[in-house]
Amino acid sequence: MTIHNLFKTKKAKPNMQLLFTFVGLILLMLFFSINTSNFLSQKNLLNVALQTSVAVLVALAETYVIITGGIDLSIGSMAAGSGMVVAIAINHGMSIPVAIILGLLTGILSGAFNGFVITVLGIVPFIATLGTNSIMRGLIYVILNGIPLSASSAGEAFTWIGQGKLCGWLPYPVLFMFIIAIIATIILVKTKFGRIIFAIGSNENAAFLSGINVNINKFSVYVFCGLLSSIAGIILTSRVASASPTAGEGYETFAIAAAVIGGASLSGGKGNMIGTIIGAFIIGIMNNGLNLIGLSSFWQQVAVGCVIILAVFLDVIRVKLKNN
Amino acid sequence: MKEVLLKTININKSFSGNIVLKDINLEIKKGEVHALMGENGAGKSTLVKIITGVLGPNTGEVIYNKEQLNINHPKELYDLGIGIVFQEFNLMPDLTVAQNIFIGREPQLKIKGFLNDKKTNALAEDILKELECTIDPERKVSDLSVAEQQMVEIAKSLSYNCNLLIMDEPTAALTENEISVLFNIIRKLRNKNVAVVYISHRMSDLDAIVDTVSVLRDGNLISTRSYTPEIKNQIIYEMVGRDLTQQFPPKPDYKKGELSLEIENLNSKNRLYNISFKAYKGEILGIVGLMGAGRTEMVKAVFGAYKRNSGIIKVDGKAVDIKNPRSAIKAGIGYLTEDRKKDGLMLGLSIRENILSASYQHFTQLGFVNDKKAGENVNEYIRRMSIKTYGSKQLAKTLSGGNQQKVMVAKWLSTKVKILIFDEPTRGIDVKSKYEIYELMYELVQNGVTIIMISSEMPEILGMSDRILVMNDGRITGDFSKEEATQEKLMKCEMMEV
Repeated sequence: MTIHNLFKTKKAKPNMQLLFTFVGLILLMLFFSINTSNFLSQKNLLNVALQTSVAVLVALAETYVIITGGIDLSIGSMAAGSGMVVAIAINHGMSIPVAIILGLLTGILSGAFNGFVITVLGIVPFIATLGTNSIMRGLIYVILNGIPLSASSAGEAFTWIGQGKLCGWLPYPVLFMFIIAIIATIILVKTKFGRIIFAIGSNENAAFLSGINVNINKFSVYVFCGLLSSIAGIILTSRVASASPTAGEGYETFAIAAAVIGGASLSGGKGNMIGTIIGAFIIGIMNNGLNLIGLSSFWQQVAVGCVIILAVFLDVIRVKLKNN
Repeated sequence: MKEVLLKTININKSFSGNIVLKDINLEIKKGEVHALMGENGAGKSTLVKIITGVLGPNTGEVIYNKEQLNINHPKELYDLGIGIVFQEFNLMPDLTVAQNIFIGREPQLKIKGFLNDKKTNALAEDILKELECTIDPERKVSDLSVAEQQMVEIAKSLSYNCNLLIMDEPTAALTENEISVLFNIIRKLRNKNVAVVYISHRMSDLDAIVDTVSVLRDGNLISTRSYTPEIKNQIIYEMVGRDLTQQFPPKPDYKKGELSLEIENLNSKNRLYNISFKAYKGEILGIVGLMGAGRTEMVKAVFGAYKRNSGIIKVDGKAVDIKNPRSAIKAGIGYLTEDRKKDGLMLGLSIRENILSASYQHFTQLGFVNDKKAGENVNEYIRRMSIKTYGSKQLAKTLSGGNQQKVMVAKWLSTKVKILIFDEPTRGIDVKSKYEIYELMYELVQNGVTIIMISSEMPEILGMSDRILVMNDGRITGDFSKEEATQEKLMKCEMMEV
């Protein structure tokens, strides 16, 4: 045996899990197009895309956090808080760009608070963001006194974000979703920051010993998560022209589910944007399709739960088969 | 005379009163391979950690390139040209080979922050080629074999173009072919005037590459001198030499009894090979071996906590089917784990719950715990083991190491154990508690319990065991009675080629 043959070269394989998930999405669409008359109509598909778009944004943010091995349970209330700040700013007669910047700042600051509690105070992400979630939601109820705040005074100058359509056809939220998804993918795959996120989630100690500043990068991920959540919150507020104290409730469950179905691992180091988007649409299409079939929304929750467990179980089997 | 690159001046280090390093004055010269030799726990790894800034010394300083070395973040190490191959792997399994090698300093495109993956892969391929290994740089590290991972780790540290390369047991996971490639690389580095600090247990490595050898023992630097093959025996003597007085209680009178445990031809894939041995009632059977020799895996396999591919286990002459720890406990086997805090104790629970945790079935009726009976049992053991506590409700984490170990022993005695396996019974325990643990072991043996003791401390093995097995690379390579065993003989069996 020559030394050159010591290690057999194996080419990198395509991401099988992503393929499985994609096939799952296609099968799901096939199922609903056979069993309902109007699922495949352009109107319905755009409707699904619009309904899912905002949730996709927070799911992308959550995936970033999950890749570092952390979790963010405060995305829903960060979105609601940002939406509320924009509504208040508009009601105070501020210009739309200023209002939006204030909204984005809200998200960035709450994300920074999460990052501070996690990296400087050393509290585990689950507890830190659970706390932030409660603080944010509580503050929103206090400020809004528990009732929705209208944001319609600025008229279409603000509501176009959530209600308008490009060329009278493509809803802007869907467009934003695509743009942000592309940016998020590029950052994750093509930049040094993205690489470091994977390194930290894969083995934090090794990353540290390789000379990486773990804390600054973790902090940045939570800020990024806050920023994306605030964008989601602003779009949501614009779409219904009001800031509701209950806005964004349950986003964290949706986001974690989408990320996990899409191949992210809660122990860190694994995850990708395309997978998360597919995961989000699997859930979105299930909800829509089951609705069209006439199943009550209560059953939809049951179905979503089953899909999460099934998706992760299939991956467990896949890994086991590979290891044998 | 070669130029000194790194110098330690009067380094002292102790952990909670235990002195680990004492007045270490070491000089590492450019263009030299300097071996650090010593038993497990002699202080080699601690010294490396102090040089690399992972730990701070209590007193003393490290001089590198004529300046005081003060590392706050690992990044500074690499900037100074110090590379390390760690003993435990420090790779990121979800990243590719190339990504691991260049993490934190990836080649970038013209726009700052954007990665140049093509260049990263090409550079990684060059480094791997220099190492004569053909791992695809785009493969994920989690898909690699242990040897391949070791090569990646070496490639990573080479890629820093370092002036000082520290290698902690780099050959432990490699095959002969890979080792000879590695030695060629080390020779090349030496010719480029790089200083190499080389830690290894393998005596055969010394002949191949080492220029200077330093021996550490119990935290003292015993000697530093040029290496020639003739001084090999002297090095072994220096590594082990010390007196054994006053460390052990007087040996009580007990006799070897009937056969208690018999292992026939136990095998575990890629780890344990054809293990057969016997252990008798009223006997302390010591097991020695270097780190990674498979000692813990072997006893875990007997205890049902490590996968066996074949092998028969007999207790009291009858074959028992041990599938998991539960069936091992039923057969009368108990196992005191190597890492008390991680795998042994339930730290947040009381002494009482810890003692009872393996034997609730003796104290329950219809699923209800008989508190009175259980409490009596617990108090009996606290008294017998002389566990220092204010009561059975005290939490396990608040006890000293010695008392924690006694709680562990009580836990197994409470299951009516016949065979008790101690894995590093006195690690991290002070001298006085060690003595008490030894007394306890003698008491158990007198009562007919079979004791199997894994230990990395030679004096402990020689002082306590009635018979000693030596493990080396997953095999048993030596079986000595107390009378015939010497440190040198054991050491030779531990290190010989198998």
